[in-house]
Amino acid sequence: MSVELRGITKSFGSLVANDAIDLKVEAGKIHAILGENGAGKSTLMNILFGLLQPDSGEILIDGERIQVNEPSDALSAGIGMVHQHFMLIPVFTVAENIVLGHEKIRGVGTLDLRDARTQIMEIAKRFNFEIDPDALIEDLPVGVQQRVEIIKALFFNAKIIILDEPSAVLTPQETDELLNVMRELKKQGKSIIFITHKLREVQEVADEITIIRRGKVVGKAEPTATQEELASMMVGRPVDLEVAKKPFTPGAVILKISDLKVTDNRGRPLVSDINFDVRAGEILAVAGVQGNGQTELARAILNLEPHIYGSISIDGNEIVGKTVNESLESGIAFVPESRELDGLISSFSIAENLILDTFHSAPISKSGILDLERIRSNAEEYTKQFDVRLQSISDPASSLSGGNKQKVVLARELTRPVKLLVASQPTRGLDVGSIEFVHERILAERDAGRAVLLFSNELDEVMALADRIAVMYHGSIIDIVAPSVTRNELGLLMAGVKGKSA
Amino acid sequence: MKKIFNGSALLPLLAFALAMLIGGLLIAFSDAKVLALRSEPWEMVKAGAATAWNAYVALFEGAFYDPNLARQGGGQGFYPISETLVVAAPLILAGLSVALAFRAGLFNIGAQGQFIFGAIGASYIGFTFELPPLLHIIVAMLFGVFIAGIYGGIVGLLKAKTGAHEVIVTIMLNYVASYLLLWLLKTQAFLREGRNDPIAPDILESARLPKILGSEFRISVAILISLLVAWLIAFLLNKTTLGFRFRAVGANATAARTAGMSVAFVTTSVMIVAGALAGLGGALNVLGGEYALTVGIAGSFGFDAITVALLGRAKPLGVVLSAFLFASLRVGGQMMQAKTDTPLDLVLVIQALIILFIAAPALVKALFRLKNINSSTGMAAKGWNG
Repeated sequence: MSVELRGITKSFGSLVANDAIDLKVEAGKIHAILGENGAGKSTLMNILFGLLQPDSGEILIDGERIQVNEPSDALSAGIGMVHQHFMLIPVFTVAENIVLGHEKIRGVGTLDLRDARTQIMEIAKRFNFEIDPDALIEDLPVGVQQRVEIIKALFFNAKIIILDEPSAVLTPQETDELLNVMRELKKQGKSIIFITHKLREVQEVADEITIIRRGKVVGKAEPTATQEELASMMVGRPVDLEVAKKPFTPGAVILKISDLKVTDNRGRPLVSDINFDVRAGEILAVAGVQGNGQTELARAILNLEPHIYGSISIDGNEIVGKTVNESLESGIAFVPESRELDGLISSFSIAENLILDTFHSAPISKSGILDLERIRSNAEEYTKQFDVRLQSISDPASSLSGGNKQKVVLARELTRPVKLLVASQPTRGLDVGSIEFVHERILAERDAGRAVLLFSNELDEVMALADRIAVMYHGSIIDIVAPSVTRNELGLLMAGVKGKSA
Repeated sequence: MKKIFNGSALLPLLAFALAMLIGGLLIAFSDAKVLALRSEPWEMVKAGAATAWNAYVALFEGAFYDPNLARQGGGQGFYPISETLVVAAPLILAGLSVALAFRAGLFNIGAQGQFIFGAIGASYIGFTFELPPLLHIIVAMLFGVFIAGIYGGIVGLLKAKTGAHEVIVTIMLNYVASYLLLWLLKTQAFLREGRNDPIAPDILESARLPKILGSEFRISVAILISLLVAWLIAFLLNKTTLGFRFRAVGANATAARTAGMSVAFVTTSVMIVAGALAGLGGALNVLGGEYALTVGIAGSFGFDAITVALLGRAKPLGVVLSAFLFASLRVGGQMMQAKTDTPLDLVLVIQALIILFIAAPALVKALFRLKNINSSTGMAAKGWNG
């Protein structure tokens, strides 16, 4: 089944999110739509799926014009969508989630899942999925939850499946599995619309590539195009994906961690036997599959974890047992894993977010009274320095795009007098332009003689930035290797297989 | 003026208008004379409108300016507005108590209990000790504020140290305060000479707040104190580091913690301040109007305070305005009942409807076809998440 969008235009107020977009997805092909965050990809797909109504333009399926007023129209036309944020109920089982809204009732109102279960098993068998229809969603890893969303689309006989940024939440291994699933779906005749800004994935699976920038189709590309070519089309200017790194000149030890152990409330270890140093002018990257203790290790350095044993010292000063504030003041800049939850207060203004950890001391406040004038000039200065694109510093942080949010966090953290930067997944969910910016800042910190501890699930990022790479597995550091290591070797370490050390 | 229409004040205004409209319909349809005209629809509409109009006129006159009283001369026509302001003063403070806790992410249902503590403290100092006039007032007020602050602080401390939910704890502490008051009023220390019903002695003249419009009117400096405190709370929230901590924890506790703020400190200190505010309300109610501690000293101030804080969107100015509105409804409602036989309960219905509409912004938006109300009404809808 092929789908065609003709002249789709959609504006929100003065912003034209989609400007006369034409797109044709051939039957049985994987069609990638590539574009930066905010380019209008999701808007376009929400129109196709009936979540938004276009101002003008039409949708054709197999050459016939259809009216999509709401998602149920799209579903009955054979269009299924897997959203970036899953629409699953955690306390329901796989089967319950899949039939949700179309349940079969038996007798006096009891739920009949027998047919659904068989059907799910059939789909799983046909597409080589492994899934237990009776497992609770909350017990499943993110990658498997996504599989459930895909099965849900197949369950309703979708012939065209829209995947909206499907790899944003996945580990490298899960991403590889997802790409395999996509190939399998294609083999069985499904068309896939693949929304992404990740170039590697596009190159691997796409048959056709359409690039969208600022609401317009700026061109098509062949899957054989290089990453640089794709990135330049996306961003609208030449992009250098190679990170220019100055020679490695390590200084004194800044962060020293010895025999560190972190446990949960019941005393079960989350992180154990951690020993390493990070020197001034060095980037130590911590790689690993998500959920192997990286989050807890990063949080422990800030004393955000409740049960920490062992020693963490910053420039010779022990900080285990201190408050979060004291840890920050001992010279740590912290870029937390989740900008939205931990890094920013989204209802606060940009200016207020820029003083979130400096508000209590001069010059921002004196004897407990905030200097509002100073807060404003502070915000003007920092947002300029870090190139935050905004309308007004008194707008709420929630009005910013992901990349600009991260710039606000960086501006706040890096303008304090710090010796160590702890950055957790600093480029997660960011577009190419913002990733470049964040990488440059991190390298600038290193070159300015600060120690950098970088937690990242992006292998490319780890290999491009790191001076040394520590791999975490099951809460411990399995090995520390040089950045000259191959992807394959890193992959093995991440899976817990330790060979010869580099 | 611009602010009224960019959403933050528009929703409460529309909610109020809708509530008054439905209230008017209820008044009309509960009138036997109106119902008797069922066979003549047009007459029925006219009669209904007249009934509702008369009731609201009585409400207005009872709350602000009464032309009948005015004929007695001496500015007596303004007696109702004086009464309204007497009720508004404690209500503003209790409302601020709930609003401040809201801003720090806590749902303080305990303003009632804290109010009672403030009243007990002020009353005890007021009738027990003989002190110079101004000093007596200050000591009585401060003692009430102090014990109410501790009473509120207990809640914060329990939440910070053990994770006990503040809603449950404050509800329970309201009972404790009510029954403690009942018991105290039967003890020797609080029993009025020559009486054996639960009423404490009148506070001494030296502890009574000065009246501002002469002895004919009950209005005292209590209203000025409450306005001053409202201004102080606005200053606290917007201009101080402590207020910044309160707001940060209220808006996103994990981000506040990541930025180095102590959530336990904020929880405890905001509840101390909230308790103190409600306690000051209780103290002013005794020192500025009631003069004697009774079982009903707190009336429904502590509970109305929740409504006031919601309607005022947890902002000090909003609280002042909505407390004033509620006080006028309550005071004017009595006149309405006396003059037009419209039950006082209707005022409660209007209050409840206002909250209903505030808590369901989508409903109001749909009714008025508003698109871009920037509704930060999560407060009413998600207050329980604490």
